[in-house]
Amino acid sequence: MAEDNSKQYIEVRLGNDLYGIEIKYIDSIIVMHNITRVPKAQSYFLGVINLRGEVIPVMSLSRRLGVDENEFTSATRIIIIKPEPQSAPVGMIVDEVNEVITLDEADIQKMNYDENDSASAYSLGIGKLGDNLINILNIPEIAGKED
Amino acid sequence: MDVSQYLEIFIEETKEHLQSLNSHILILEKEPENESTINEIFRAAHSLKGMSGTMGYTKMQHLTHVMENVFSEIRNGKMKATSELVDVLFKGLDILESYLAAIQADGTEGNLDSEDIINALNNILNTGLGVADPDSGPSKSLAGEITMVPPSENEKEKFRYLKLEEHEKKAIAKALSLDLNVIGLTIYIQEYCVLKGARAFMVNRTLEEHGEIIKLDPSAQDLEDEKYDFDYSAFLITKETPENIINYAMSVSEVKEVVADYIRLSKDELDTYLNAIKQEEALISSPKPAVEPGSLKAGGAAPARQTTKPIANRSVRVDIEKLDGLMNLVSELIIAKNSLVSSSSALHNQLDMTFFDQMEYLERVTTNLHESVMRVRMVPIENVVNRFPRMIRDLSKSLNKQMELYMTGEETELDRTVIDEIGDPLMHLLRNAADHGLESSEERIRLGKDPVGSIFLDAYQDGNNVVIEVRDDGAGINTEKIKKKAIDKGVITEEQVARMTDKDIIDILFMPSFSTSENVTDVSGRGVGLDVVKTKIEALGGDIEAKTKEGQGSNFIIRLPLTLAIIQALMVKISDEKYALPLGNIQTVENIFHKDIKKVNGKEVLNLRGDVIPIIRLGEILDCPNVEDREQVLVVVVKKGERYAGMVVDELIGQLEIVISSIGKYIKNHRIISGATILGNGEVALILDVNSLI
Repeated sequence: MAEDNSKQYIEVRLGNDLYGIEIKYIDSIIVMHNITRVPKAQSYFLGVINLRGEVIPVMSLSRRLGVDENEFTSATRIIIIKPEPQSAPVGMIVDEVNEVITLDEADIQKMNYDENDSASAYSLGIGKLGDNLINILNIPEIAGKED
Repeated sequence: MDVSQYLEIFIEETKEHLQSLNSHILILEKEPENESTINEIFRAAHSLKGMSGTMGYTKMQHLTHVMENVFSEIRNGKMKATSELVDVLFKGLDILESYLAAIQADGTEGNLDSEDIINALNNILNTGLGVADPDSGPSKSLAGEITMVPPSENEKEKFRYLKLEEHEKKAIAKALSLDLNVIGLTIYIQEYCVLKGARAFMVNRTLEEHGEIIKLDPSAQDLEDEKYDFDYSAFLITKETPENIINYAMSVSEVKEVVADYIRLSKDELDTYLNAIKQEEALISSPKPAVEPGSLKAGGAAPARQTTKPIANRSVRVDIEKLDGLMNLVSELIIAKNSLVSSSSALHNQLDMTFFDQMEYLERVTTNLHESVMRVRMVPIENVVNRFPRMIRDLSKSLNKQMELYMTGEETELDRTVIDEIGDPLMHLLRNAADHGLESSEERIRLGKDPVGSIFLDAYQDGNNVVIEVRDDGAGINTEKIKKKAIDKGVITEEQVARMTDKDIIDILFMPSFSTSENVTDVSGRGVGLDVVKTKIEALGGDIEAKTKEGQGSNFIIRLPLTLAIIQALMVKISDEKYALPLGNIQTVENIFHKDIKKVNGKEVLNLRGDVIPIIRLGEILDCPNVEDREQVLVVVVKKGERYAGMVVDELIGQLEIVISSIGKYIKNHRIISGATILGNGEVALILDVNSLI
């Protein structure tokens, strides 16, 4: 079992970069669905999908983080996230889901971002796993407020 | 006895009784002689006292007891329901309400003191009785009451204070003429008795073995429903003596005490009634013998009841969550049915006719099922608005303006969830009307208006909407004042104002933090106002609109959707995307040549059979890709209130019953989309909020 100071993350890929999403936020991981566009929504929201009879909004994680967007492939996945245990689910599209990793808190380095940089709010720090650097995502901040 | 399990019922019922008291006292103030109202008040107060006593809420019990005494005096005609008295009574009710609120919050009454009110009531009781003119009281009924031993002799003989109906007196006269005994008795049940309803029934049954019960107080129904304290009174026609009757009654277990005595009528009355009986008998060839032991059931006083007691409500209280569960199942059923329909249409050639017959049958059943479940959730709006007359009365006093509230359409039904939410916005609008809308009496007289201002609350159904209008005949909204204020507050610029129509200006009222009242009063004018009302109503899927005529009053019109979960919609295609338009908004669909759409002031309009309506190109508003211009366009004409608009779509798919799902709160899109629905093939289609587009 994991020690007190370690948490499990799902390692995902956007373009060439790796990101970590803490496992407690993840409801499920599904393959690409048909997305119905929602007009006049925030630009990073691609629309809504029908997940087993439930209508769920889906965002492009790349667009949200301001990195280059890639075409959908057979590896593209939608991660269904619940920012809070009680909150409504929201989908985030990633280029690939790799594996579950365990990181000790000591392995995660807090970054000194510029305070005005909006991207800083989306990251909790950089995790080191072997040679790879993994950007640990601040999921509640990325999901946005539910109001 | 552990009563906690009854707490919920107690709270529910107390609310009902308090509401009943509120509205009936209001009626009483206007019609002091209305006997059925007094009886209703008395019954509500009495039940309230009994219930709070049983639950161990002594403060509540004490206060209701004193109030009941007052009601009792009013009922006996010894006091008049003056405006001052009604004020005190209302204050008492307010305290009861705060007790109830405290009970609801933490199960205790709290430590609010009701001593002042109790003293005030007692004072009124003492003085009121002292000055009461013995001649002005309903002396007829007093003298008509049983004349015998002075009532003070035995406090326990409550039956002596009962008021008899005409036909009951006749029955007594008849019995006396047949040399039968008429015995009045009061039965006291042990206070630890659990099933006092059943106990009363057993006592009555025993009594009926020896005679006929001609009157019960409370009524047989109330006794059965345990709507009495621990004692009740009865009048019995029998051959037995009071002593024997006491013995019979005491033989039933859990009966604490029984007091009984002969009932006699004065000589005059006896003769009058006997004559009346003779005349009746002459008219009706088959007289009904007054005495026939056991001929009537325990509710021997049934004819007396029908005037006062409404038919018992055959209803079941159901937790709203259970209904929500049921609604969800119906929603899923409809989605399943829709997908069955869409997959069967693909196999059209391979299926025979009976399949489609059955399919149609299934569609009918699911639609009816949905409607039934919807109807179960509907509650008359009365449940919300019945507290308003009282509120207006209070406002009238506190604002020192004369006003009257007229309500219509209280029976209009709305979904339970809407009912729960709509109270506050309505209250706000009424307060606004009373405070800002209506002028002071002096001002009204000066303007040649009726010094008493009128506020109207009208509810009615209009297609798939329920409309609630709050109207007043006051000064109306001063658009100049709004303009000035809006510019002062920096809400809009002067240039903007120049281009605004009166309607646009009135809409400023609904913007956050805008209040035109120059002096903030207790009642309204703190700057949080109409914007809150608007937000709340929009959250319920409705909208609000204001109309005004300077000097003649203003009108706030609230439009709410009848159903929240499942609607009939017209499915349309715009470029290659599917959208649902709620059918309730749609008037007609027109096929129009593009050249018929004209431009006026840079806006596209269409002259449709004499009406000029604005054209909305949905494809552009929704940023649809590949919008192409065609020679002929389809225009869906929609209506919002009295306004029309034509929406250009590319293709009609057809009518569909759709289940509304929320698109969640993460996506913010200016309310153009009111929700989403899952189609038969699993696709998601968005529902357009027509109201926000017009």
